[in-house]
Amino acid sequence: MSPQPSSVGAGVGTDIAAGASQAPAARRVPLAKPDWSTIAAGGTVVAWLSLIVLVPIAAVVAKALGGGLDAFWSSVTNAQAIAALKLTVSVSAVVAIIDAVMGTLIAWVLVRDEFRGKKIVNALIDLPFALPTIVAGLTLLALYGPKGPVGINVAYTQAAIGLALLFVTMPFVVRAVQPVLMALDREVEEAAESLGASPLTTFRRVVLPTLRPAILAGVGLAFGRAVGEFGSIVLISGNLPYKTEVASVFVFGQIESGNVEGAAAVSVLLLVVSFVVLLAIAAFARTKGEA
Amino acid sequence: MTGRIAMRVVALGYLAALLAIPVGMVFYRAFEKGVGPAWDAVTTPPAQHAFWLTLTVVGIAVPLNAIFGVLTAWLMARRQFPGKRILDGLIDLPFAVSPVVVGLALILVWGQDGWFGGALTDAGIQVIFSTPGMVLATIFVSLPFVVREVLPVLREEGVDQELAAHTLGANGWQTFWRITLPTIRWGLAYGVILTTARALGEFGAISIVSGKIAGQTETLTLFVEERFQSFDLTGAYAAAVVLALIAIVVLVLMTRLQRDEETKR
Amino acid sequence: MIEARNITKRYGEFTALDDVTVTVPDGSLTALLGPSGGGKSTLLRIIAGLETPDAGTVTIQGADATRLPARRRGVGFVFQHYAAFKHMTVADNVAFGLKIRKRDKAQTKARVAELLELVGLAHLGGRYPSQLSGGQRQRMALARALAVEPSVLLLDEPFGALDAKVRADLRAWLRRLHDEVHVTTIFVTHDQEEAMEIAEQIVVMSEGAVEQHGSPDEVYDRPANDFVMGFVGPVTRLGDRLVRPHDVEILGQASEGALEARITRIVRLGFEVRVELQLADGSPVHAQLTRAECEQLDIGEGQSVFVRALRAPAAAVA
Repeated sequence: MSPQPSSVGAGVGTDIAAGASQAPAARRVPLAKPDWSTIAAGGTVVAWLSLIVLVPIAAVVAKALGGGLDAFWSSVTNAQAIAALKLTVSVSAVVAIIDAVMGTLIAWVLVRDEFRGKKIVNALIDLPFALPTIVAGLTLLALYGPKGPVGINVAYTQAAIGLALLFVTMPFVVRAVQPVLMALDREVEEAAESLGASPLTTFRRVVLPTLRPAILAGVGLAFGRAVGEFGSIVLISGNLPYKTEVASVFVFGQIESGNVEGAAAVSVLLLVVSFVVLLAIAAFARTKGEA
Repeated sequence: MTGRIAMRVVALGYLAALLAIPVGMVFYRAFEKGVGPAWDAVTTPPAQHAFWLTLTVVGIAVPLNAIFGVLTAWLMARRQFPGKRILDGLIDLPFAVSPVVVGLALILVWGQDGWFGGALTDAGIQVIFSTPGMVLATIFVSLPFVVREVLPVLREEGVDQELAAHTLGANGWQTFWRITLPTIRWGLAYGVILTTARALGEFGAISIVSGKIAGQTETLTLFVEERFQSFDLTGAYAAAVVLALIAIVVLVLMTRLQRDEETKR
Repeated sequence: MIEARNITKRYGEFTALDDVTVTVPDGSLTALLGPSGGGKSTLLRIIAGLETPDAGTVTIQGADATRLPARRRGVGFVFQHYAAFKHMTVADNVAFGLKIRKRDKAQTKARVAELLELVGLAHLGGRYPSQLSGGQRQRMALARALAVEPSVLLLDEPFGALDAKVRADLRAWLRRLHDEVHVTTIFVTHDQEEAMEIAEQIVVMSEGAVEQHGSPDEVYDRPANDFVMGFVGPVTRLGDRLVRPHDVEILGQASEGALEARITRIVRLGFEVRVELQLADGSPVHAQLTRAECEQLDIGEGQSVFVRALRAPAAAVA
């Protein structure tokens, strides 16, 4: 087993990537029939998971739909909510695309290039996972805010939201692509080259198809994260309704102002977007894993 | 050759502009007026309280997640039961939920008007706007890490060693302590580090369930925001530096653990 | 003609090739034979353009190819581990080079069919490499390399990853293929039997240098030195020289040039018999006889006999 730079969230990506690239015949573990230990452990796990995660999420859904579908519909079609959701999804999509390109490039440089300090750069990739989001926001504000030294002030613009999201989602694609690139057989590229393919053609027709599942997995995780992101955005975006207010900030505002039903309704939409992304990744991983 | 250099420059330039320089800037801003003011800013009573509260919340949430994580991973790797696939999907759920939604969800269950909160309030137990609510929020957001790190290790190692221990007369409990746990220790350590980092840094969910009462329910991340909103930039940056330093320690530990694992195998 | 002249290649402190010159005539089938780490793969990769030599030149059909990238050399390269494009079907793998060259579609299709027929995979064109056996994958890789009509076909330990049975089949098959296609072929192997069986010319390499270049008979019967002698076939030491065990003659009585020896063991290995002896000075020697020869001699363990070399190899021991 080759060492893999596994890390936060990217864990999902790496699994998918590994499954897609090689699908090594995993040793089948003989699984015992349910016995008392399975029931005890399973009961504990399900009870804990329900208490911590499932019941609270059910409460949000119940609250959102508690006033009937009409109330739910009017909450989510509120102009300010729509603006926030549109902004969230569009900025997240742009961010995910940039992540795909830059993440693949960074992974490539980390795997294929040699330079001094590469190990430090590699460790730095996980910084956005380790750094609290509020600090990430403050950090970007310090450099690209009104008092920043570089003369670029993006504070309170949609660009600021994009910047914050790029910061927090940067590692996903890198960490998903890296192990696949490491496992990639260099001879395959040499074969393409000896058959007359230019470096660009080799990348496009031979390398990219192999990386694609990993890139998509990373992009899915990045998009899901971006849609729900709050901490890194709240300081730098200015939260101007209709302009720079993302969905999570909108929900926060509704809670603060006591409109819990409205907050729950938009929350449910956010949950749906996240689930669809998660399910799409899982489905994709499964089809690729079986191929 | 030039292509390789160009790619290196673009990749490193991007990382510098997005990560390294901004983080460096926070350090610079924090110590702009010298170490003294920065030190004073993070040693005020509210700052100290925020620090200890953060440690308390993390100190409760991380062990609970570690136990849950190992139990779940063991269950998924070693036992067959209906609904396994669904459980596998549910484990990742917290990664897909916005922290703000987590906060809202907890209020709806544990708040004064919530599903369970009313009865608890009558019994004199306050969850929301108090430490238990913050612990619940922290457990929620950092729940999947240990499972996701331990599960692949358990699956890869297989059951051979455990079966061997059984043939040598070990009971289930002995096998777990003497064989299974040592096998997963690196994965577990890695998962615990990730959980800790996530728990320390939680902001969105905590800011909703805590009520942000300065000196009472304010963690370090909330303290950073509160100082910033109060125009105490030195205080905000100094506290941010404390959190950034913790993050760097986490990064170093992660890198070390990965290296240990490499040399071990 | 392919000519690698005065090639030197270093990796840090390690010298993989030290001033190596190898010439391969058109249409020939040449083996680069030697122990692993001897530099033969590096030489092959330099000829292919997958590595750049530190010094020396590569000429392919009269043109200097030293600085030419692999994709412009018109070589076909077959890797030990197949290097299959996993996301493409077998037919698409074979068609890859033609598509890169933007050949006419119908023409490409016809050529792919023809090649799949040639390598015996005509019925498997729609499969993916993961659905093929190792031997089938390697034949696919060969078809892929041949598709672009290379001026030279290079094979790096092509059968190294296959099991013994498949290996033997593919050897004979490659030999026949070469008789059919006649493309100049160089293959790397560490297996002397494989080289002997397939190649018309053998280049024996060791420690980054060419030890000998000749026909299989030449390197076997007239090895340039001890190393070649030992590498291309079995040897035993008789007195101050190395001889092949099947060239050791056992005599009942003293004769000119024969040394006295005592038989320590007789091992019957099917049709051949291996006789282990000890010379008067205590040094061991062994002879290989046919069963009939052995019966004729009527020898037994413990018996004293005389031994001499039936045929002296060309190279005397230093």
